[in-house]
Amino acid sequence: MIGCGRVGSQVAKNLDAEGWDVAAIDENEEVLNRLGEAWSGGFFVGHAMDLDLLREAGIEDADAVVIATNGDNTNLVVAQIAQRQFEVPFVIVRILDPARAELYEGLGLQIICPTKTATETLTNRVLESAAKAREEART
Amino acid sequence: MFVMVAGGGKVGSNVARSLVASGHEVTLIEQRPFRFERLEAEFEHRAIRGDATELYVLERAGIERPPDVLVASTGDDEDNIVICQVARERYGVEKVIARVNNPKNQQHFDLLGISPTVSAVSSVMAMIEHEVPEHGLIQLLQLRKEDLEIVEVQVDGSSPCVGKKITELGLPDGSTVIAVMREGKAEGPDKAMELAAGDQVLAVLRRGKEEELKKLLLSR
Repeated sequence: MIGCGRVGSQVAKNLDAEGWDVAAIDENEEVLNRLGEAWSGGFFVGHAMDLDLLREAGIEDADAVVIATNGDNTNLVVAQIAQRQFEVPFVIVRILDPARAELYEGLGLQIICPTKTATETLTNRVLESAAKAREEART
Repeated sequence: MFVMVAGGGKVGSNVARSLVASGHEVTLIEQRPFRFERLEAEFEHRAIRGDATELYVLERAGIERPPDVLVASTGDDEDNIVICQVARERYGVEKVIARVNNPKNQQHFDLLGISPTVSAVSSVMAMIEHEVPEHGLIQLLQLRKEDLEIVEVQVDGSSPCVGKKITELGLPDGSTVIAVMREGKAEGPDKAMELAAGDQVLAVLRRGKEEELKKLLLSR
């Protein structure tokens, strides 16, 4: 798990609870608090573009890498390193900017874009409510 | 020529200034407000404010035309990588030049095929090496795409190659001597020429063959 903010730490905890062997990486040592006392996985402090750190955290044996630092560009670069250099079988990355998310999806990365999901959901909810109001007015 | 420069720090702004002065069309993208204001005062409409990793910012700067060359010169290597990839993959920019801030990140640029790159640290290190040769073999230029480099070897009195002809050296595969610098003059790689102490041998070399060449020429 690369990047342990609100999203990353929770994903790490979920997988840890599921019985996965999880190694978490973050630049900030304090995020260890986010992982909580029950955390049984590894924790590594440093920048995700540091190959020595990635190796130390065990990327060469990883079945999956989840990337969710607060920097879209860092995430995009690290995802490509995980995929191309370490040939990790499953790489998934969180990207906030929908434009870059779409472009890199086209280039072969598996991407989750919460901004796009939120935008679509919000828009659909408004349209649904308008449709519902029209429906009610008719009846 | 139309050149887009992403990142208006010392490197980017000076590149832009030189290009404008030599009559090229330039757009310069800078994100930080304070820096942008100064650049706008100088570059006027050519300065574009925004994050150059955002597609709409690149579009405002004219990337759809597309530019003949894009220079990614921000202070963040991950940003420079993404700017180059976006420019190439999305907008078909054919020539990108990237600045490498941290030499440790050079390998990431190489992995993702972003070339050529320019690194101040590597350049200074190369210059120091050139001025104060510690290893007898100096890298002058790297041709990453071709996986070749141009090197210079300083021959001294104790070198095993002194008195040998270039053809007798048995150079590593794929290497060629391009010139021998002697008494301030460049001599062609004449087959009959014998190497002497004080010569500087310029050679094209496949990367990774440095030790082999050093053994042949220097035995150190």
